[in-house]
Amino acid sequence: MHEKVDVLIIGSGASGAAVAWSLADTKMRILCLEQGDWVKPTDYPTNGRDWEARLFGDFAINPNRRARETDYPINNGTSPIQVVNFNGVGGSTIMYTAHYPRLHPSDFRVKTLDGVADDWPVDYATLEPYFTENDRMTGVAGLEGDPAYPHHVPPMPPLPLGKTGRCFGEAMNRLGWHWWPSDSAIATAEYDGRAPCINLGHCTPGCAQGAKGSADVTYWPHALRAGVELRTRARVREVTVGPDGLANGAIYYDAEGKEHFQPAEMVIVACNGIGTPRLLLNSVSGRFPNGIANSSGLVGRNLMFHPFAHTYGYVDEPIDGNIGAQLSLWSQEFYETDKARGFVRGYTLQLHRGAGTIVDAIANTARGFLPWGEAHHDVYRTLFNRKLGLSAICEDLPEEHNRVTLDPVLKDSNGIPAPKIDYALSDNTKKMIAHGVARSKDVLAAAGAKNVGSDAPMLNAGWHLMGTARMGTDPERSVVNEWGRSHDVKNLFIVDGSIWVTSGGVNPTSTIQALALYIADNIKRRLADATLFD
Amino acid sequence: MTYGTLTDAEARDLRALAGIMIPASSAHGVPGADDALIFADILKSLERDTADAQMALKHLRELSGGAFAELAPERRTEVAMRFRHEGGAPLFALNRVVLLCYYRDDRVMRALGQEPRSPFPKGHVVEQGDWSLLDPVRKRAPMWRQV
Repeated sequence: MHEKVDVLIIGSGASGAAVAWSLADTKMRILCLEQGDWVKPTDYPTNGRDWEARLFGDFAINPNRRARETDYPINNGTSPIQVVNFNGVGGSTIMYTAHYPRLHPSDFRVKTLDGVADDWPVDYATLEPYFTENDRMTGVAGLEGDPAYPHHVPPMPPLPLGKTGRCFGEAMNRLGWHWWPSDSAIATAEYDGRAPCINLGHCTPGCAQGAKGSADVTYWPHALRAGVELRTRARVREVTVGPDGLANGAIYYDAEGKEHFQPAEMVIVACNGIGTPRLLLNSVSGRFPNGIANSSGLVGRNLMFHPFAHTYGYVDEPIDGNIGAQLSLWSQEFYETDKARGFVRGYTLQLHRGAGTIVDAIANTARGFLPWGEAHHDVYRTLFNRKLGLSAICEDLPEEHNRVTLDPVLKDSNGIPAPKIDYALSDNTKKMIAHGVARSKDVLAAAGAKNVGSDAPMLNAGWHLMGTARMGTDPERSVVNEWGRSHDVKNLFIVDGSIWVTSGGVNPTSTIQALALYIADNIKRRLADATLFD
Repeated sequence: MTYGTLTDAEARDLRALAGIMIPASSAHGVPGADDALIFADILKSLERDTADAQMALKHLRELSGGAFAELAPERRTEVAMRFRHEGGAPLFALNRVVLLCYYRDDRVMRALGQEPRSPFPKGHVVEQGDWSLLDPVRKRAPMWRQV
């Protein structure tokens, strides 16, 4: 039996780290349980010659492939998009690209503006100070003045344009389309003890330099210094409830498989769009036979990914290849709704650099470009370091049949039921994907690229996991209220991507963390006036 | 985690196949994927893909009517090309391991003009570029919808 804590946070990723840091100034006793380990800078693949190979091994993005002790299996069923994530301190920010856009103001008002889905119970203006605070804590590089966004000033200058960026910029200007250096959670100067980016290559498999703003190097050092306790290799099985119907702690397994009970005054769940519904559905009791916080029946439903439509082509002259951050530019030309396109909502175009020697070879084999035999070498040399790629990151609207449930058979190494995914693309999304591919081909044509093709939707691209414990003011239509508290259990909070009402068409981490800071502020305010659990 | 290993017969077939996938090239000054060093790396790196590799090699043996490595060169090429079309996911996994070992070999990297080194700690230089390219975009009116 462990000593009772005031606040128990489950999950140390993007949102868990932010909420832990923000609550630390209350001087409450705060404990975070994390199923994974710390990842040391020396663990990252770019320390070794096998850096690309490890993308297919212990740093694979798909947990079923990676299969570390600290991972849990996921039954992706027949979903055309598979879930990818990372389990460890910092969560999936360890392996994110650090592409760091905010949601747009219109994203919070989709029902009002476009007559689909629901409006959020918060808006951009409410979150704006939290975006700013989060940019400061994370260390964001970017360029002031993007006409696609309300004015904001990233704390550091943008990532370099490079040869690939020049190609894209010239092509986009020929078309008269918007493009801009992205907000990136990558230090381009010394920042808060972090060294600046030295262009190791793709940022996904973790940053040995420490320039990438993963939550383990942004929020956690500050939270720990402020007194938050972080307990690793603690895999939570369930949130428990007392006779009063309030959450009273959690049961978890340590690295040896020993069961523990951690009592707490309040519980904050921060396991993101798959881990959170899995945990809530596994938290079954007499009072909550269908899982805790699930009186609406919406826990696990409305799963949203961002379907990625990747389109590529090859230019004649060598460009940046794998050198530099994979993503440093975006286009919002097709972000806002234009019903003449045949679909509502829109997408961001991410403009990519290429890959290293190995990933290039594997991708070009998958595309059928790279032959066996004598011709292999000549063809390889016409493709290597010449790839331009664009991804349309499409807004996915909520649909209840897209959902996370518990697999009746599959379990993790502690015997906890694993998540099962049921997901299908909507007609609106399919039209958006087709539009994104067509417009990407326009860009590639303007850049003079050849051998143009596409992978749409990309299979291993279920990075962005949203909607499975949505927020709202109506307890029958949402899981948490407008400031993240469960409608059913008044000392249980959810702060991750699962509370999103709609998905927008941008990478979600910036907004997830801003929302976590906003919820933390609401908790603090209500603690002060003693209304937190009313 | 422990993984299986290939039998000697499977390894011989794989080496013969690797030499067809990526043969040595004197024009480009590179070894083939059946080079002793590269092939040793391939065997060592099968790991998570060992089961797929074994399944693929079983299929290859069936197409060959026996040991693939013992076929006459012309017949071997013929069988390999058929295998390429029929091999499916197990072959893709096997091919991936061949590629990830081949394209990190020092000799191959140098022939491609790449420094054979880890990215950290030296990193790379990316040209800063000319941000005046953004001037047409800077002139645009705000694009985001007011709500």
